[in-house]
Amino acid sequence: MLEPISIDLVALNVTSLLPMAITVFGALSIIVIDLAAKNLQKSFFTVLTVLFIILSLGAVIGFNGEDRAFFDVILSDGIAMISQMIILVTSALFVLLALGGRRFQEFAMAEFYALFLFMIAGFQFMVSSDNLIMIFIGLETASLALYTMIAMHNRAKAHEAAIKYFTMGALAAGFYTMSAMIFYALTGSVEIHQIALVLNARGFEPLVGVLAATVFMLGALGFKLSMVPFHTWTPDVYEGSSAALAGYMSIVPKIAGFVVAMRLFEMLIDSGVVWLENILYVAVIMTMTFGNIVALVQEDVKRMLAFSSIAHAGFVMAAILIGTTEANAGLFLYWILFMFANLGAFTMLWATRHRQNLWDNRYQHPFVKFSGMIKVSPTNAVIMGIFMFALAGMPPFSVFWGKLYLMSAAVNSGHIALAVIMALNSAMAVYYYMKLIVYMFLKDPVSDDENIYSSNMSTVLKVILGFAVFVTSISIVLVEPLLNIITNYVTLSGF
Amino acid sequence: MDHILSLIIFFPLIAGIFGFLVNKESIRAYGITVAFIEFTITIALWIAFDGNEAGFQFVEHATLISSFGVSYHVGVDGISLFLVILSTFMTMVALIGLNIEKDAKNLIISILYLEMTMVGVFLSLDVILFYLFWEFSLVPMLYIIGAWGSDRRIYAAIKFFLYTFAGSVLMLVGILYMGYIYHATTGVWSFSIPDWELLILPISTQFWLFGAFFLAFAIKVPMFPFHTWLPYAHGQAPTVGSVILAAVLLKMGTYGMVRFLLPLFPDATIYFLIPIAIVAIVMVIYTAMVAYAQKDMKQVIAYSSISHMGIIILGIFAINAEGITGSIFLMISHGIVSGGLFMLVGMIYDRRHTKLMSEFGGLAISMPTFATIYGIMLMASVGLPLTVGFVGEFLSLMGFYKVNWIMTLFAGTGIILGAVYMLTLYKRSFFGEITNDKNRGLKDINGRELAAMIPLVALVVILGIYPKPILDPIDTSVKKMIVLMQKKSVLPENKEFIIKVNSIRGGE
Repeated sequence: MLEPISIDLVALNVTSLLPMAITVFGALSIIVIDLAAKNLQKSFFTVLTVLFIILSLGAVIGFNGEDRAFFDVILSDGIAMISQMIILVTSALFVLLALGGRRFQEFAMAEFYALFLFMIAGFQFMVSSDNLIMIFIGLETASLALYTMIAMHNRAKAHEAAIKYFTMGALAAGFYTMSAMIFYALTGSVEIHQIALVLNARGFEPLVGVLAATVFMLGALGFKLSMVPFHTWTPDVYEGSSAALAGYMSIVPKIAGFVVAMRLFEMLIDSGVVWLENILYVAVIMTMTFGNIVALVQEDVKRMLAFSSIAHAGFVMAAILIGTTEANAGLFLYWILFMFANLGAFTMLWATRHRQNLWDNRYQHPFVKFSGMIKVSPTNAVIMGIFMFALAGMPPFSVFWGKLYLMSAAVNSGHIALAVIMALNSAMAVYYYMKLIVYMFLKDPVSDDENIYSSNMSTVLKVILGFAVFVTSISIVLVEPLLNIITNYVTLSGF
Repeated sequence: MDHILSLIIFFPLIAGIFGFLVNKESIRAYGITVAFIEFTITIALWIAFDGNEAGFQFVEHATLISSFGVSYHVGVDGISLFLVILSTFMTMVALIGLNIEKDAKNLIISILYLEMTMVGVFLSLDVILFYLFWEFSLVPMLYIIGAWGSDRRIYAAIKFFLYTFAGSVLMLVGILYMGYIYHATTGVWSFSIPDWELLILPISTQFWLFGAFFLAFAIKVPMFPFHTWLPYAHGQAPTVGSVILAAVLLKMGTYGMVRFLLPLFPDATIYFLIPIAIVAIVMVIYTAMVAYAQKDMKQVIAYSSISHMGIIILGIFAINAEGITGSIFLMISHGIVSGGLFMLVGMIYDRRHTKLMSEFGGLAISMPTFATIYGIMLMASVGLPLTVGFVGEFLSLMGFYKVNWIMTLFAGTGIILGAVYMLTLYKRSFFGEITNDKNRGLKDINGRELAAMIPLVALVVILGIYPKPILDPIDTSVKKMIVLMQKKSVLPENKEFIIKVNSIRGGE
């Protein structure tokens, strides 16, 4: 006879589920509203989505219960909180991009917004758990929603991108389950803190098993984080999806991936097994360098940004390799600052999206498109220039402070060689961001028609651009308060 | 006068932002007015400056990122004072001489931003702030060269940008490491130069940090063999770009050497003294020879700039009061002279649309006033006594004489070579009969150009005869720095070396 299980409702700690519950409820209600009332405008759904996101954000900020809930399945610790905040704020900003000047099919459909909220819920689950199965469910929920949203763009390229992302993602999911299975076989648990306990007690033996699990996990998370050599989907998927969604993909899925990587790899790096650290070291350096080198030769701005986001991901993964509190705080700081610059850059691409491919048979945003923009549309050119300088890590714009902090974390923990490699990579990255600036500021315009740069522009987009450029420019005063908040959360969760 | 330094740094920025509102037709007048006001403020700073006080004055401090020790910390001492005045002065003169009509608004606003970064570099006492201005100075210059230059301007602009950027990222690692050491030693985060100067570092650490900082400065100066970007940038840049580049931007590198390398890493400085001096001498002689071989007038002056920068470096690494004071004076005089020469070349280019010396000849007949001013500037560049160029070169070489007289002798040949290529340039372009008909009847220097050149010529003569008001405050601050170096050096033989090169009898 099985023992009857008595569940204490307090022990479940239900409030920890509130943020995800709000987003899921929001998704469901959007479907219901769409059933009840037809012909609702995209602005209605967009704003409703933003409202649900804000509610969820409020629930995250207001949460002050126990860390663990639902028999340790949910773990709402500091990094879960901070990453949820980043996810929610970024989502709120990016979903507003649906309110561009032109009509796109996907934004007219209520399902898009429902999927969007489901995806957010998936990411929220993914970051607030250290249970490998829960993480997997969150990951797959989010990914499946994302594949569909890419395909809803309904261009041949978009379908290609969705299928490519889906197949690659399926392989990654396979890797993930493989790794989780090995960890379970080794330790008899799927919870990271339990795995850590057992492995530590046993001195990380058998090493072959741990290494195999690590490599599979690196493959799985490597897909999500677009780490070299698992990055091949990134440029094609970014190219195929709309600029708004591509920008979103360069930030949110990755921060979720970073959190999982942080939970798992820091435990492994602390083990003192040199091999585990070396594997990550090689992956980090390859990702940064390769991303930067390939970005040098791109002809399309979106593809360039795709490769550059690979390089940025590598740069940030270095924080996980370093593993100090300072580095982990640096990771979040970097990503927040990067988010604003990237939001701006992709919004600008989105706003300049033209009905036809006027400049190139294949690419939407070739470099030529922007030549002489300073003469045709000076304000936009200056704003885009600021985003490029920010992404390149030029002081005093946003990403510079993230770079500074991460490199300082590397130096402070004795990783001087890593800091030098990071510095050299920043120098390399300048070249391709400069390339766009050279086109915009130094070349002669192709046509004098200002409208080619504002075909999808709208007031909302202008506000977002203004907001992004404002934050990017004044980030010097934001670093201090942000760091305080982040360090507080990161220290609370013991990283 | 409490916030005069912030005013000096941010006035051009604010004026630049408001410049967007000014009408296209009146933007030139606006630019000149702003530059003049800025120059007046720096003169006020000079008047209020206490020449007997060696430390930093008018210091302002506000914390930006307290948990990381980054702060807004500015101050001025004898070393930086005149470089700031030079920056505002040359910006003003360059704007007066400016005659580009195309997109003049963007150009003038860029120049104002550039002015902000230049004074920012010289006034920053926080290293992160310094790095901020240092890097940001590349952006307006990139735009100026790339948008208003000649045919291969984009290549030149990118080369300029990438060279200097790549050099300075390693400096950033050095800065962070230095901050880390400061934190490890004292338990507080600080990036302020006065704080760092108190830190005594072990020799091996000094070597690495010296290397990281030196590379950035060497590329900026530019030192042989990193000099290849400069002739290109000069060749393609518009006149105003060349003037500011030669007059001020290059000085950032040598200023960095004085401000960072010497007081922070005294032992490494002495250890690397002879190799650096050898490179500097090679640079002086080699680029002088290259200058002689040029056909293009502007390239001659570009290479002569590099050659003179070699003498400045030599003076700095003499590590005695004469050498360093002389080299700082030479930075200022070279700023005035090379800026003036580039403006003069720009004027002749406006008339003839060529810079090739073979196209000229007999210009003295058609443009006598122009030829006279050119002659005065040229003599100052060669280092004729009683011109501004002489004082700095003499002091720098005299300083290094105490370190090693044979090497000084070699460096001295650079001056002779300088006379050779400069006088050849003058002979080929200005003397003789007019052989090319296009040179006949060229308009002599006009009122606007005269307004830009007269202050330069006046300074060349006045400071050449009576350099004391500038030399004294520099000397006070330099002496304090040398005492600091002597105290800080770890090895006893280095302490002795500093005393030896600063005593009257000198090296041998």
